Amino acid sequence: MSDRSVTHATFVIERAYEATPRRVFQAFADPAIKARWFGGPPEWETLESSMDFRVGGHEVDRARIPDGPVTSFDSRYLDIVPDERIIFAYDMHLDDARISCSLTTIELRAEGTGTRLVFTEQGAFLDGYDDAGGREHGTREVLDQLGAELARQSAEV
Amino acid sequence: MLKYDESLDLVFQALADPTRRGIVERLTRGPASVTELARPLEMSLPGVMQHLAVLETSGLVRTQKVGRVRTCTVEPSVLRGAEQWIAERRLWWERRLDRLGEVLAVDANSAQDAADAAGASSTAGSAEGDPT
Repeated sequence: MSDRSVTHATFVIERAYEATPRRVFQAFADPAIKARWFGGPPEWETLESSMDFRVGGHEVDRARIPDGPVTSFDSRYLDIVPDERIIFAYDMHLDDARISCSLTTIELRAEGTGTRLVFTEQGAFLDGYDDAGGREHGTREVLDQLGAELARQSAEV
Repeated sequence: MLKYDESLDLVFQALADPTRRGIVERLTRGPASVTELARPLEMSLPGVMQHLAVLETSGLVRTQKVGRVRTCTVEPSVLRGAEQWIAERRLWWERRLDRLGEVLAVDANSAQDAADAAGASSTAGSAEGDPT
């Protein structure tokens, strides 16, 4: 892999949940609750999973994708304001290739009886995204997933 | 930054349609004329042209007319470039946040049950950890 490149990008995801900010925050803070939603699909083999939810604490999530690479999420908490805000910095690896370094901000705002979650990721997306094994699941599958996701989203609207 | 987000939106919109995903998939195997693209689609040429226009606007597909034949190619820098990778990452988080919503909904029900059982206690904030 001789090509080195960095693409900087920001994306924002918003969700509205019928739950108080306290409950949403707990779903990030409590390892038992977080394990129920944060892991990969069931067919991924978990190799390592740990979290230390405090400023400066680390979180690691490593899993093998069937017939594919090992994906690693390696994160450090930078800012935690209970029920309001979580900021963490993480990098992602596919096998030995570091594919991105990101800063993620999660903001929780009370909205009616529920919570609006605003997820903002500012990332440096690195060389290797195209040829380091991460493409093995292929364009077709990605497009299918994307389409299914979008169809599901528009069905919800 | 905004400019980037807009271009990603266009890519998402373009790929939201199964016919257009089919066209992109076909083009990842090599360039094709509009006629060749239309053949398996049971769709009129103007219909195909409309889908191609959306794909062109998103930057996913380029078309070039040589003589009477319009040839379509996929734009690798868009399809295989960072946008796709970032779209994938976005999807990765979208899935998780949706699952979070499901977990919150399940816990809301069990917390409600617990609150009902306990008689109206003012805070039911610690019931989350309970698998039902």
